[in-house]
Amino acid sequence: MKFAGSALTVGDHIDTDAIIPAIYLVSADPAELGSHCMEGLDPQWKKKIKPGATLLTAGRNFGCGSSREHAPVALIGAGIPVVIAHSFARIFYRNSFNMGLVPIEVGEDYSEFHEGDELTVDLPAGKIYNKTTGKTVNFPPLPESMRAILDTGGLAEFVKGKLSAKL
Amino acid sequence: MAFTLAQKILAAHSLTPINGEDAAPGRIVTCRLDLVLANDITAPLAIKSLALMGAKRVFDKNKIVLVMDHFTPQKDIASAEQVILSRKFALEQNITHYYEGGDAGVEHALLPELGLVGPGDLVIGADSHTCTYGGIGAFATGMGSTDIAAGMALGESWFKIPESIRVTFTGKLPPYMGGKDLILWVIGRLGVDGARYKALEFDGPVIEEMPVEGRLTMANMAIEAGGKAGLFAADRKTLDYCREAKRASDAEIAPDPGASYEQHVTLEVGNLEPLVACPHLPENVRPVSELKDLAVNQVIIGSCTNGRIQDLRMAAEVLAGRKVKKGLRCIVLPATPGVFKAALKEGIIETLLEAECIIGPPSCGPCLGGHLGILGAGERALATTNRNFRGRMGSPESEIYLANPAVAAATAVTGAITHPGKL
Repeated sequence: MKFAGSALTVGDHIDTDAIIPAIYLVSADPAELGSHCMEGLDPQWKKKIKPGATLLTAGRNFGCGSSREHAPVALIGAGIPVVIAHSFARIFYRNSFNMGLVPIEVGEDYSEFHEGDELTVDLPAGKIYNKTTGKTVNFPPLPESMRAILDTGGLAEFVKGKLSAKL
Repeated sequence: MAFTLAQKILAAHSLTPINGEDAAPGRIVTCRLDLVLANDITAPLAIKSLALMGAKRVFDKNKIVLVMDHFTPQKDIASAEQVILSRKFALEQNITHYYEGGDAGVEHALLPELGLVGPGDLVIGADSHTCTYGGIGAFATGMGSTDIAAGMALGESWFKIPESIRVTFTGKLPPYMGGKDLILWVIGRLGVDGARYKALEFDGPVIEEMPVEGRLTMANMAIEAGGKAGLFAADRKTLDYCREAKRASDAEIAPDPGASYEQHVTLEVGNLEPLVACPHLPENVRPVSELKDLAVNQVIIGSCTNGRIQDLRMAAEVLAGRKVKKGLRCIVLPATPGVFKAALKEGIIETLLEAECIIGPPSCGPCLGGHLGILGAGERALATTNRNFRGRMGSPESEIYLANPAVAAATAVTGAITHPGKL
């Protein structure tokens, strides 16, 4: 799995109310949720996204707050396939895998990414290449349990397989 | 291997036998679930995921709880349709514990009150404040709707064994203070990600003295420090509480002596004063006296954090014989119908109405900016709720301060942030 795009940067402790305010939680539609992505942070923010060609880079504890799965879905719906962060809040991290958003935790190396940098992510190799600065950042392989879920195409498919095995 | 509370409960629920090191922090275990919870915001997504999974039946119709609490009474057409979807699912699956309308309350106040959760249980819920049940010694944690759907289908889920942070409180808590102040202190000390992926475990003489409701308040906000769970040993007080909720066969549970903790924080509470979390993160904690005279437009008393009968008693004690400041909205939402009835019986509702509070229905409502008390640009609220993120209660240009119910009541009287002892 490889991804390429230019970096869009946000700070520390971006919460789920910033990613998708609760008033929009009356929909489960990715396009609808995506159209309100990051409105809690800045109503104009989504205009900076180039769908499919933007990778989000963030500081500490990205996605803190509520358990709403609408948050990763809003990012996907807005056309962002990958979030690279110093660290993620636990529930958001787990939700991201389940919904097919790729969360990459890089710790202090997150300071290597600046708004507008052209990035390439090689997921199996665990490498992010920053074309703008020429630097490469490595990240540890995904936990096995997470990989098993991604390999079968998300949690819904994973459970489907488990249920049919039980029959 | 000596186990923390988190290790003990997860090991007891593991599908494969756990021997010593298998329960070391970082290990992943698949566990059977005692209860799986969703609400009117998260159930519709879980139902959609269940369909994708091809799951025809839930694993146990008695172990699923659906509470329509966030936007209740339904605030608009879209929220009404989410409830219609959830109700239809509950009927099709013959779900025993479906709560909507007059028997519904704020989920994390309702479940312990109805006796649906008890010490040693393993609970997952599609709501981040599911960690509340740690107050009665259950390992309970929030997950997203698809994880919850998997739990509903399989009756199991995977968990990473967390490191635990032990927090010990000694001394005697001064008047007008409770669990809310202690947990705000912890969040201020650790930061909003200080317990990320970890369990918090609380103990000490202050905790032993504390009513179970105060422990539920503290466990509720473990997530505000990033915690996976906030745990308390289940003692005689816990068992009394559970018996009152018509549970008969619960047992005490405590961590093993010599269990190992990632860190141990201690606090002597004798010199503490009530604390307030300032915008826009729960870690921005300051003593109430540093904020005095800061004017507010709205006070909210309620929520899964501080909407229980003891919280309403605390507020009524301060508001008795006084009036809410003209021009300020003081909105009181008893967290459950049971709390509402108890408050009526004790005369608390009358006291609050005499003081010119607005009494609303049991609902999450304003806590997450849904309805029943939304802030406009430039407005400031003091709330007994759990989160003060920018824009959570309405306009991104508004501000939220978090405090205990006595501080909230005193603030409602003066119109500015006030120490209840200084009225």
